[in-house]
Amino acid sequence: MTAISERKRALTFQELLFRLQRFWADQGCVLQQPYDVEVGAGTMSPDTFLRVLGPKPVRIAYAQPSRRPADGRYGENPNRLFRHTQLQVILKPPPERIQELYLESLEAIGINLREHDIKFEEDNWEWPVGGAWGVGWQVMLDGLEITQFTYFQQCGGMDLDPICGEITYGLERIAGFLQDVDSIYDIVWAIEPDTGRKVTYGEMRLAEEEQFSAYSFDYAEVPKLWEHLRLYESECLDLLEKSKNMDEMDSLTLTRFPVLGAYELALKCSHVFNLLDARGAISVTERVGVMARIRSLVVGVAKAHAAQGELLTERRAKV
Amino acid sequence: MADFLFEIGLEEVPARMIADAEAELKRRILALLERERLVESGATLNSFSTPRRMAVLISNVAERQQDTSEELIGPSTKVAFKEGAATPAAIAFAKKAGVAVEALKTIVTPKGEYLAATLIKTGRSASAVIADELPKELTSIYWAKSMYWRPGKPERFVRPVRWMIALLGEEIVPFEFGGKPAGRVTYGHRVLFGDAAIAIQTPSEYEAALLDAYVIADAEVRRHKIRKALDRITRTVDGAVWREDHELIDTLTHLTEWASDQSVILGSFESQYLTLPEEVLVTVMRDHQKYLAVEGSSGKLQPNFLAVLNTEADDDGLALIRHGNERVLRARFNDARFFWEFDQRISLKDRVKLLENVTFQKELGSYAAKTTRVRELALGLAELAISRSCKVDGVALDEAATLAKTDLTAELVKEFTELQGIVGGLYAKAQGLSPVASDAIYDQYLPGSMEDAVPRTVEGSLLSIADKADTIAGMFGLGMEPTGSKDPFALRRAANGIVKILAESSTPLPLTLSEVAGRATANEAVEVRVRQFLIERLDFYLRETRGQAYDVAKAVLAAGSDNVRDAVARAEAVTAVRGSADFEAVSAAFKRMKNILAQAKEKGYSGADSAVVAADETHRAQLDLQNAAESVREKVLALRSQHSYIASLEAVATLRPQVDAFFDQVMIMDPDDRIRKSRLALLASIIRSFSGIADFSEIVTAG
Repeated sequence: MTAISERKRALTFQELLFRLQRFWADQGCVLQQPYDVEVGAGTMSPDTFLRVLGPKPVRIAYAQPSRRPADGRYGENPNRLFRHTQLQVILKPPPERIQELYLESLEAIGINLREHDIKFEEDNWEWPVGGAWGVGWQVMLDGLEITQFTYFQQCGGMDLDPICGEITYGLERIAGFLQDVDSIYDIVWAIEPDTGRKVTYGEMRLAEEEQFSAYSFDYAEVPKLWEHLRLYESECLDLLEKSKNMDEMDSLTLTRFPVLGAYELALKCSHVFNLLDARGAISVTERVGVMARIRSLVVGVAKAHAAQGELLTERRAKV
Repeated sequence: MADFLFEIGLEEVPARMIADAEAELKRRILALLERERLVESGATLNSFSTPRRMAVLISNVAERQQDTSEELIGPSTKVAFKEGAATPAAIAFAKKAGVAVEALKTIVTPKGEYLAATLIKTGRSASAVIADELPKELTSIYWAKSMYWRPGKPERFVRPVRWMIALLGEEIVPFEFGGKPAGRVTYGHRVLFGDAAIAIQTPSEYEAALLDAYVIADAEVRRHKIRKALDRITRTVDGAVWREDHELIDTLTHLTEWASDQSVILGSFESQYLTLPEEVLVTVMRDHQKYLAVEGSSGKLQPNFLAVLNTEADDDGLALIRHGNERVLRARFNDARFFWEFDQRISLKDRVKLLENVTFQKELGSYAAKTTRVRELALGLAELAISRSCKVDGVALDEAATLAKTDLTAELVKEFTELQGIVGGLYAKAQGLSPVASDAIYDQYLPGSMEDAVPRTVEGSLLSIADKADTIAGMFGLGMEPTGSKDPFALRRAANGIVKILAESSTPLPLTLSEVAGRATANEAVEVRVRQFLIERLDFYLRETRGQAYDVAKAVLAAGSDNVRDAVARAEAVTAVRGSADFEAVSAAFKRMKNILAQAKEKGYSGADSAVVAADETHRAQLDLQNAAESVREKVLALRSQHSYIASLEAVATLRPQVDAFFDQVMIMDPDDRIRKSRLALLASIIRSFSGIADFSEIVTAG
């Protein structure tokens, strides 16, 4: 297969990210930095979850490290990670040529579509805890799922209008494909131009995978996690309770009312839940109940955020 | 007359929905054109589909509807004119007909002279009609899941509409749907042709124009090409054939726009993976990667796979694509092997206690609780079967029932849920359990559908029946019965499975539906509903799987619905003889007898009252029927007890001359009380004696 490796002038992991960011920046996307609270997917970042609500157009792209404690494999499995990186692109409303733009983005990272088999296969996405779902595809490149492509229909249990197009690239998978390596840890992250030394994904991240797998599966203290969950939840609930009076707040108080803070608390709950789950601490019977609790936080925040946006718009219109 | 072409261009439509939607679009357009008198009824039309389009092409569409005339009749001339002048009645009628009063005609009817007018309805142009009606048809197409995409949510459709063609002859039919105006432009294959617009001048050039743009619009042509290409490439491996999989070929047909000999690849994987069970390998290939499996001449799986591409490439290009696909499959197989090995660390026996943490259903408890119930039910049914001289390996059944659900805790099943049961069976075998127990675990979910096979063994059958009956009874107990099209717990499928096993198991199981229902629950009210539900599914089975007519199934079940195999045999016998004139006549007579008895009952006369009437007082025809019925009765009973249902039914049919004569010559509701009673009693006894195979009165007869 030397012929094939030669034909691929593979991008490093970071070049892959640069190219995709450049491409979407050229399409008018604001490049945002990753959200600094633990999330299981790029969708959970407020840049997606809250910005898709309401009528305001949005174009935004960001790479989001996504933590899924139960997927950890102590760094022993070459295809699975506790924390992977999603490049998330949000286009609201979706441009007519969104699929074509996506295909152009593949060309931009050196994938000559004429040389590959690309299929859009039905795959509908949902996040029940967020009351969010959409229809769309998994994009298959030579049999590999490289992207989830979704037309968001609902978020926080509310119909979206306009809807939003969401493109989620699995960066490790794409890099592994481009570099033709069988283990994620062998992906070249960067090359030092003067020495030619290659820095691999394993060098940068293996320790994290090993230690966080151990933490989530073996060390995390279950009673304390429950306590964290309780504290985050109760603070979030307090804020949601106060948010019910938003319509009576003066404009400054309303503008400053921390719905965004409530959302972070809800995200914390979601992450703690995932840790408890990985730890095997949630029985099946409890599971449904705890998920319902987190759902009411997340959906509650979405509703409060939408309401806050509407109130602010109304008041600005009056001024 | 002109050709009409309609194409709707969409973002990739889910493969599973395309065939039905294409058929529905075709049906709707034909119905529209027929209804609007724009084509002859029964006209043929061609339909097309790819993931990105659906299209219909029909010839001989009239350019406009023919004018129609309608005769309107108005007031009588006496009312219409008074002293030669038109009355308001005449004026109103003229207005309604749209003509001047002077232009009205008079016609003579048997009731007298009336005003009349001929109303001409001018036919509309086909273009105007289609432009008005077609959008409504598009809106009505059924999609299992649809979306909205435009601001304000004006419509839902499966995916956003990208373009439309509507051409009547060379003219565009002007309408809009999904925010797109119909035009004459279509698009070719995304990659092989690119995004250049293709203008279609006349409908007939559609297919050829797309072919030039690397789109095979006819799904059947694509299917054929894919199959040919698969055959061709598989021949490059000595003695190899690809494993037939119609469902997968169907999916692949609907995932591609193009197909040629250069659009399939034959990949390979390291033969070390062949140590994994074939079921696992095939599931990974088929369900996760949409690859076809390849087998050698002995039927053994080869370390190869086939992938169908939505593109084509030269040999170098195909090598690159093959390399990518092989890389993905290797990673998938690695995962599967990892799970397989990981799972062996905990034996199925040690997994039993883990089931306490797996919920079956909130109110019904864990899978551990379900296991206890199913085990008891399976062993109880086994005991019944054994008492009726059916051979059952009770020890193996016990073991299988105890371990049946333990694979739900295995990583491999969490990863490949469709392999539940199968993985358990494989693990059981690998862990040294008896083949009988292992096979029963393996087969426990069979049959998954009406086309599926039933479990291979008695033990597997008993386990499967017990598992399904427990689920049904449990859900019914919670009031979660299927209603209409809603059956979220697939209880109908479960009950169909029970019926199918009882009907088709290779060793007949001497168990009745009431026994299954009765042992599945201790609650009598639930039992009654479960039994009724099973009988409904037996009715469904007779009709859908056995192809029995609606009335035959009804007639047979009215005579007895407990023994599944017996009901099937009786239904088949009825169907075999129902064509004969004698049988039909006797069936009609039975219906008549039932009606007479029912009417008599309304009047307070019962067929149960007997009356002694001397032979010389009895009508000749009545005596003849009485005697014939008696002699046939014994014969019928004997044949029935030997399960010679056809012969038995034929014997019943021999009563026809006596039955006919009786009805011709005898008035049943005789004024003489005794005579009437004796005649009603005869009818009642005939119905009683001869309805053991089927209630003939349910048979629909031509008369």
